[in-house]
Amino acid sequence: MTVIVDYGMGNLRSVAKAVEKCGESVVISDSPLRIEKAARLILPGVGAFGRAMENLRQLKLIEPLKEKIGEGTPFLGICLGLQLLFEWSEEGNVAGLGIIPGKVKKFPSLPGLKIPHMGWNNIKLTTGNSPLASKIFKEIPDNSYFYFVHSYYVAPAEETVISSATPYGIDFASSVICKNMFACQFHPEKSSKTGLKLIRNFLGLPVERETWL
Amino acid sequence: MISAPNHPPPLNGSKMLAKRIIPCLDVKEGRVVKGINFFNLQDAGDPVENAARYSEEGADEIVFLDITATIEGRNTMLNVVAKTAEEVFIPLTVGGGIRTLDDIRELLKSGADKVSINTAAVKDPSLVWEAAEKFGSQCIVVAVDGKYVSPGKWEVYINSGRTPTGIQVLDWVEEVEKAGAGEILLTSIDADGTQKGYDIELTRLVSQKVNIPIIASGGAGKPLHFYQVLTEGKADAALAASLFHYGILTIPHLKKYLQEKGVEVRV
Repeated sequence: MTVIVDYGMGNLRSVAKAVEKCGESVVISDSPLRIEKAARLILPGVGAFGRAMENLRQLKLIEPLKEKIGEGTPFLGICLGLQLLFEWSEEGNVAGLGIIPGKVKKFPSLPGLKIPHMGWNNIKLTTGNSPLASKIFKEIPDNSYFYFVHSYYVAPAEETVISSATPYGIDFASSVICKNMFACQFHPEKSSKTGLKLIRNFLGLPVERETWL
Repeated sequence: MISAPNHPPPLNGSKMLAKRIIPCLDVKEGRVVKGINFFNLQDAGDPVENAARYSEEGADEIVFLDITATIEGRNTMLNVVAKTAEEVFIPLTVGGGIRTLDDIRELLKSGADKVSINTAAVKDPSLVWEAAEKFGSQCIVVAVDGKYVSPGKWEVYINSGRTPTGIQVLDWVEEVEKAGAGEILLTSIDADGTQKGYDIELTRLVSQKVNIPIIASGGAGKPLHFYQVLTEGKADAALAASLFHYGILTIPHLKKYLQEKGVEVRV
C-alpha cells in the first residue's frame, strides 16, 4: 500500500488523485502504524517549514519516517516534503529531519525576480547514470516543464545527490536522489502528463530494496 | 556549480519561467455558460470536460469563474471543483462570490489550488491577510478590475465592474501585495469584451509596481495581443475566455505563435 503522510500541511487530495489516476490505490494517513506498514511513502506538503516539523513531532511521525526511509522503502517527497529531508531551513531558522546533508535557503532578492517562484519551469537532468534516476525519469525528456510554487530551495551539501537543476535567478536543485529517496521541489501532481508520468515511474519502483538499489 | 548564491543571474537565452496561458470558464449552476455581458447565456457544456480538454491542449492553468447567485449553485460548484480535481492535473483557480475564510476553505478542500477574491477583498482588506496567513500566499489570488480615469490613473471597480470604489488601481495592488496576495488577476474593464487587445499600459505599470505575478485579462482578440501583454505589458500570464470558447484561437496555435516570436512557453 502506498501511504501519503498527512501531517496537516496543505491539501493532499490532489496527490492522492494523481496516484489513483496512475492506477494505484493509496491511503492518506497520520498514523505511525500505517506508515510502518507502508510499501511506499509519499511526503507532500505546502506551508511553513517550522510548523511542518512541529506537526510531525506532535504526531510522533519523525521516528517512523526515518526508520522506514532507512529501511529502503521507496520514498517520494514533494515540495515541503523535499525541504524537510534537510538539516536546516532559513525559513524560521529551524532544524529539519536531517536525512540529507544541506540547508534550505530563500531565493536571493534580484531585480525582476518574483517570489514565490510560481509557474512552469524546466528541469535539467543532472544524474544520467544513477539507476534510480534512470527509472524515475524514464521517458521524461531533459528540460521538461514542471509546475513550481515555492520561495525557498534546497542547497544540498553534496552535489552528487542533485538529480535536476532549474534556473530561477540562480540554478537551484529542483530534485534530489539519495539512496531510496526521490524528492522534488516541483509538483508532479500539478504538472499535467509529464508529472503523472513521473508518479507512474515512482510507483513502478520495486518495493524490495536490493532489487533496484 | 548548483545553487551557489554568488553566481550572476542567467544571461538572455537561458531558459526561465514560462509565460502562462490561462483559459477562463464561466460556470453557472454547474454548467459552463457563454454569453456577452451576462445576457443571452448559452449552455456550453460540462466544466470538467471543458477543463480536461483545455488541459489536454496545453493550458497552463484553468480558472473557473462562478457566476451562480444561489446557495444551491454554490454547493454544485464545490462538486464541479472536486470532479475537476480528479481529472485535471494542472493548477485550478476558482473565483466568484467568495466572501469568507470558510468559502475559501471549502473550495481548497474540494480541490481548488487557488482562490480568487475580488469584491470581498475591497470591502474588507483584512480578508486577504487572514486568508494568506491561514492558507498560504500561494493560493490567494486577488482579482482587480480597473477602469481608466485619466493618463496613468485607473479606478478599482467591484461587483462585476458595476460599482466604482474611488480606489486607485496602482495603490490597491501595492496594498494587496503587502497583505500577502500571491498573485494579481488584473482585468481592464475598458478592454474586456472588445477583442482589441489587453490594456498594455495598465498591465505594465501594475507589473512594475509589485513583485508578485500578474495575470492579464480582458481584451484578447488575436495572438499578437498575447505577445504584446507578455512582453511590453510584462505580464506573467495571460487569461482569455471567449476567444478559446468560440474556437477563434486554440491554445496549441497560440503557443506555437508565441514560441516563434521568442516568448518562453510550455509546449
